[in-house]
Amino acid sequence: MLPSLVKRQQISRPMVYLSPVLAFLLSLLAGVVLFIIMGVSPLAALHAYFIEPLSSSYNLAELAVKATPLVLIGVALSLGFKAGVWNIGAEGQLTIGGLCGGVVALFFYDQQGFYILPLMLLAGIAGGMAWAAIVAFLRVRFNANEILTSLMLSYVAGLFLNLMVHGPLKDPDGFNFPESRLFSDSAILPILIEGTRLHIGALMALIAVGLGWVIISRTLLGYQIKVAGSAPAASAHAGFSGARIIWITLLIGGACAGLAGVIEVSGPIGQLLPSISPGYGFTAIIVAYVGRLHPVGALFAGILMALTYLGGEMAQIQLNLPVAVTGVFQGLLLFFLLACDVLIHYRVQFGKPALAGERK
Amino acid sequence: MEAYIPMLLTIITAATPLLFAAVGEMVTEKSGVLNLGVEGMMIMGAIIGFLTVHLTGSATVAILASIMAGVIMAALFASLVLFFHASQVPTGLALTIFGIGLSALVGQSMIGVAYDGIPSLAIPGLASIPVLGDLLFKHDILVYLSVLMVILVHLFLSKTRAGLILRAVGDSHDAAHAMGYSVIRIRFLATLFGGGMAGLGGAYLSLAYSPLWVEQMTAGRGWIALALVVFASWRTWRVLFGAYLFGGISILQLHAQAYGIAVPAQVMSMLPYLATIIVLVIISRDLSKIRINAPASLGRSFHPSR
Repeated sequence: MLPSLVKRQQISRPMVYLSPVLAFLLSLLAGVVLFIIMGVSPLAALHAYFIEPLSSSYNLAELAVKATPLVLIGVALSLGFKAGVWNIGAEGQLTIGGLCGGVVALFFYDQQGFYILPLMLLAGIAGGMAWAAIVAFLRVRFNANEILTSLMLSYVAGLFLNLMVHGPLKDPDGFNFPESRLFSDSAILPILIEGTRLHIGALMALIAVGLGWVIISRTLLGYQIKVAGSAPAASAHAGFSGARIIWITLLIGGACAGLAGVIEVSGPIGQLLPSISPGYGFTAIIVAYVGRLHPVGALFAGILMALTYLGGEMAQIQLNLPVAVTGVFQGLLLFFLLACDVLIHYRVQFGKPALAGERK
Repeated sequence: MEAYIPMLLTIITAATPLLFAAVGEMVTEKSGVLNLGVEGMMIMGAIIGFLTVHLTGSATVAILASIMAGVIMAALFASLVLFFHASQVPTGLALTIFGIGLSALVGQSMIGVAYDGIPSLAIPGLASIPVLGDLLFKHDILVYLSVLMVILVHLFLSKTRAGLILRAVGDSHDAAHAMGYSVIRIRFLATLFGGGMAGLGGAYLSLAYSPLWVEQMTAGRGWIALALVVFASWRTWRVLFGAYLFGGISILQLHAQAYGIAVPAQVMSMLPYLATIIVLVIISRDLSKIRINAPASLGRSFHPSR
């Protein structure tokens, strides 16, 4: 008797939260198989990936540094995805945000002042929002698919940053390397814990989680987002403006991604480089899903995905494993999650389906 | 005329990978499945083809391996969305993220390895026609195959019963199901076809267009192929036209410098992406045009119990 899937009368609450755990365990299992194929001791690899990053206070701080952009963007994407607005170009919004913040930092490079950093953050947020606004405008005004436009704009943003650091923003004393000047001390985010790289950006990510939670569970906007995603027809019938939700969710996404970008350049990086993110904007898509499209979930999921980045670096140093393993692991995790999510809406039944009219 | 031949030839080579991927995706979408993982399938086709040609020395085996790589990736996607009822948009994204990661891992040993590229195949007789012979009949086998596939797909969709059924499944899966057609099986096969074609597109990139392996060498071509399907409003001939149009735009960067146009390389590289956006805007503006041709069940999950 083949098992078959039967639609549940109601969605299964426990499965909503069990599914990510199950998916993580399955990815671990797949990871072990992968390591064996690659001829690496699975125990040593898992130790490098999941124990090492948690084993010293410095590494824990590094984990928070990497989780910061992921959580920030993940929270914002959660809101958008919940509303059915597919902004998958956060990487581009991050890039433009970092670039705008960086331009402010370089403009004041020979000055010191408390005002520089807030200006940078604002410029970054504005830059990210502007980049996302293009997507919103094209979607609302011309009905252009936001998945494709936001992604195409990511490529454009990457090339634009590249152009800027090869040209006008290049360090004049930098031996012609495509890098900007190092930012002045006033343009660097304050460090939270001495001796680590943990900066105040991490607090901003926590604030974003709190704000995201308030929006989604305590405001009319949050309600409209949920209805727009789960029942678009009902949403329109209730008079909720679809265009408004597209604009707001995209602008929130752009703001958070832009902020993440400026946090990256003014935190761990400290200057503008041709590339300022190892794909945080794309990984944040996984963060949003693993976090069940909920801001608090995005916090945990962001930390988990940061662990795969940091673990990937550890495994590279200790076991000479390619960094690409991280990407494979992230992809697998999302696959398994989507597969496990079937159990939210369906239950497995062994034996003959009881439904009339079922064809085989 | 002869002075333009090299430029026209580069348009054809730049268009071919887009053509493969877009025609394949169009068939997938015609069956009602939106697979956003074209980029992931393409990049896997590229690396598996390149790896195989170095292991076996045979371009034919390499091309077949690329097709298989695309098919396997598509099967992964199709299983999730058709059997596990996963939603199509995130699953397609997952396929792309996974494909980019896996190709980088598999391709570790192939970085910096050279390959001559698959040989071109002059068609006897026709190739000696002045101008036209150089332009149309001295390509490698994949270029001919891409055009042949366009013709076959057009005939399949518009002239055969199976093509009609495939379109019916894409337009109304409930009606097709009621008529006794296996919606899931037809969609599965259509998705595998799209995967194989994306794999071929990837093979063309790494075996012919620029015969080497670079991480993320597809550089968004899978996404451009997706946009091409919308641009073509799901019509085969327009996919052909669109692919060649985009081929033309993407080779501008190669020729701008030759003609002394002083535009930074990065700006020229932006053109295909910007063109994609502009084209999407122009096509999507008119909702009725999209509605006439778009498969009505595109992206919707099917479960027979409903």
